Amino acid sequence: MIRKAFLSVLGLLAAGAANADWALNMPKGVTELSKETYDLHMMVFWWCVAIGIVVFGVMIYSLFAHRKSKGVEPAKFSHSTFAEVTWTAIPCVILLIMAVPAAETMIKAEDSRNSDISIVITGYQWKWHYRYQDEDIAFYSTLARPSLEARLPDSGVDVFSVENYLLEVDNPVVVPKGAKVRLLLTSNDVIHSWWVPELAIKKDAVPGIVNETWFQAEEVGTYRGQCTELCGKDHGYMPVVVEVVEPDAYQAWVDTRQDGDTKFASAQQ
Amino acid sequence: MTTTTVDSHTADDAHEDHGPPKGIRRWLFSTNHKDIGTMYLIFSLTMFFIGGAMAMYIRAELAIPGLQFRHPEFFNSMTTMHALIMVFGAVMPAFVGLANWMIPLQIGAPDMALPRMNNWSFWILPVAFGILLSTLFMPGGAPAGGWTMYPPLILQTGDAFPFLIFAVHLMGLSSIMGAINVVVTIINMRAPDMTLLKMPMFTWTWLITAYLLIAVMPVLAGAVTMLLTDQFFGTSFFLAAGGGDPVMFQHIFWFFGHPEVYIMILPAFGVVSEIIPTFSRKKLFGHDSMVYAASSIAFLSFIVWAHHMFTVGMPLTGQLFFMFATMLIAVPTGVKVFNWVATMWRGAMTFETPMLFSLAFVFLFTIGGFSGLMLAIAPADVQYHDTYFVVAHFHYVLVPGSVFAIMAGAYYWLPKWTGYYYNETLGKIHFWMSTIFVNVTFFPQHFLGLAGMPRRIPDYSVQFADFNFISSIGAFGFGLSQLIFVLVLLTAKKGVEADDRVWEGAHGLEWTVPSPAPWHTFTTPPKNRIAAEAFE
Repeated sequence: MIRKAFLSVLGLLAAGAANADWALNMPKGVTELSKETYDLHMMVFWWCVAIGIVVFGVMIYSLFAHRKSKGVEPAKFSHSTFAEVTWTAIPCVILLIMAVPAAETMIKAEDSRNSDISIVITGYQWKWHYRYQDEDIAFYSTLARPSLEARLPDSGVDVFSVENYLLEVDNPVVVPKGAKVRLLLTSNDVIHSWWVPELAIKKDAVPGIVNETWFQAEEVGTYRGQCTELCGKDHGYMPVVVEVVEPDAYQAWVDTRQDGDTKFASAQQ
Repeated sequence: MTTTTVDSHTADDAHEDHGPPKGIRRWLFSTNHKDIGTMYLIFSLTMFFIGGAMAMYIRAELAIPGLQFRHPEFFNSMTTMHALIMVFGAVMPAFVGLANWMIPLQIGAPDMALPRMNNWSFWILPVAFGILLSTLFMPGGAPAGGWTMYPPLILQTGDAFPFLIFAVHLMGLSSIMGAINVVVTIINMRAPDMTLLKMPMFTWTWLITAYLLIAVMPVLAGAVTMLLTDQFFGTSFFLAAGGGDPVMFQHIFWFFGHPEVYIMILPAFGVVSEIIPTFSRKKLFGHDSMVYAASSIAFLSFIVWAHHMFTVGMPLTGQLFFMFATMLIAVPTGVKVFNWVATMWRGAMTFETPMLFSLAFVFLFTIGGFSGLMLAIAPADVQYHDTYFVVAHFHYVLVPGSVFAIMAGAYYWLPKWTGYYYNETLGKIHFWMSTIFVNVTFFPQHFLGLAGMPRRIPDYSVQFADFNFISSIGAFGFGLSQLIFVLVLLTAKKGVEADDRVWEGAHGLEWTVPSPAPWHTFTTPPKNRIAAEAFE
């Protein structure tokens, strides 16, 4: 274990120097909604920065200027209706400015009509099950073997050497670029939550309830996420991987899947 | 000193001739608000270190990627127990301890209104936390389903489950009794001419907090009782298989949980509102608007609970309502911050340790407020929810928020309790170390959350390694810094003797009694003249 810790610290230093991944901000993502979410996030952030500069600026000035050591006589005022009305009214206006675009984005996010593909996602302790409603494809998706073996305290494997450590699965979800994908989420045991940051969707998978959400990815690529609702011992080990491919490639994937897996898939339902 | 007719000078000494009982009886059977307050504070500090040790384990596990120590289930137990102990064992009892000590002194009352219940509400706590901590040694381990106790997961707890429920019931019982005592004391036992709007801010915020406690602790008790019957008596409140609804638990829990957040911050507002005017040598700006702001926050806290649940699948209108209501909280909270800044404005400030902690409170609580406003924006919350961004947010409002305010209050009133000034140099070292390390610990967690690291995971992808390492270094530094506070307490009676007023700018009835405050104070109500001067 000590050897492993030592290797990890070395790896940490190497990673810090070589391909520093000091990500500071939310990803913009690859859907229209993820970009809107990012913009909302940044808008509120900049409002907070602006308010912070004003409030902290006044406070810091006061901390330096209004000291007893400078011989200041304390003022006597303890009330000002004008000031109090002003600093109640101005925040209300700022909140309105934030609320309107936030509400607009939320209304869009809830509209899952006219989808092209529907996938039923079922959470299990501790893996995901995917069933394509119209394609007769179904499969489990679990943590990939290299991560599974490296994670144990006495594995002797340096986790920095594992590609996409804890964020790789055996069977990724494959969807075509540009299609509106509707997700129906539920769970077989406890509550899980399905999150892919680049797609800006996070929805709980609750036993006895079917939740609905959607995304429409505009760029080909592999997008990774994790379960985000504490679901027991291996909560940290049930990643989500979504591969967005060109429509042709998707069709080819569907064909191979249906040939090989039909029997397996229907047996799983 | 045998007569009971006393004037204002001897009022404080009237009961000296039959002072506190000796030995363990003084503490076990105590009905004295000062002794009970002291016990609450010592208990809370003990829990702070136990919960802190758990936090150290969590940060050691997370310092580098890969599993370092034990089974992930133990990690989950640690996060669960850390939260339960810090919330119910450290922060809440600390504020009750401050309330016990200071509310009677601030309103000129001889004691709490219900002294025997006061004893009981304290002595339940060691039992409750003894039970909770004993679960660490039970088959199946300590509860590991998160302090929020969401079913169905929490029902997978081993033998610890009924003990968890019982411990929570006891904590709730203790809180409710403590709250009733505060309300009855404040309503009935104020000095003759102290009208409600003349009350000091700490007393005011505690009055509001006490009503919140009375309103929501029974809701928590109901929620955990339903868990208990689901587990053992065949009900299906939260079990989908029997027609129940797991999400209903979350609604009930957060109907308690959100006011609970303000239960932990409103008394902090009160403490800071006492300290900033003292060290600015200026009256609190907008006393009445502070009261209205605290009351508005308390009211709003009842109608925002589902903002903890934006991803559970709620109707659009529900989400919109909870988003707008949550955003509204920024208005009264802003008023409080602006009023503190206006109190400092054109004052004559000095920077003793209580003031330093209060100033850090205003800065860092406001940062936590900013991330709170970001979290209120529901579509963005979908990205932040259950990530380290949330962890960073609530630790900013709870550690440099509530805990710093408790520290500030302890330093502020310590000379009144002991009769001596604490060691100011040690206090300042404690302050600077805490402030630096608390930011090193929690600020990088914002970045981790935004980059996609979920909370409550024992191991993470290597892209999160750098900031986790920094955060762990900060956490160990913060943990060690708190030992300085113990040193301050151990040397508390070695300093310069304090006079009655203690601080040059201090106003209020608590500063009219001697330091250390005698075992009995205000056995006759303070004379109007003294009281009137104290309110100025």
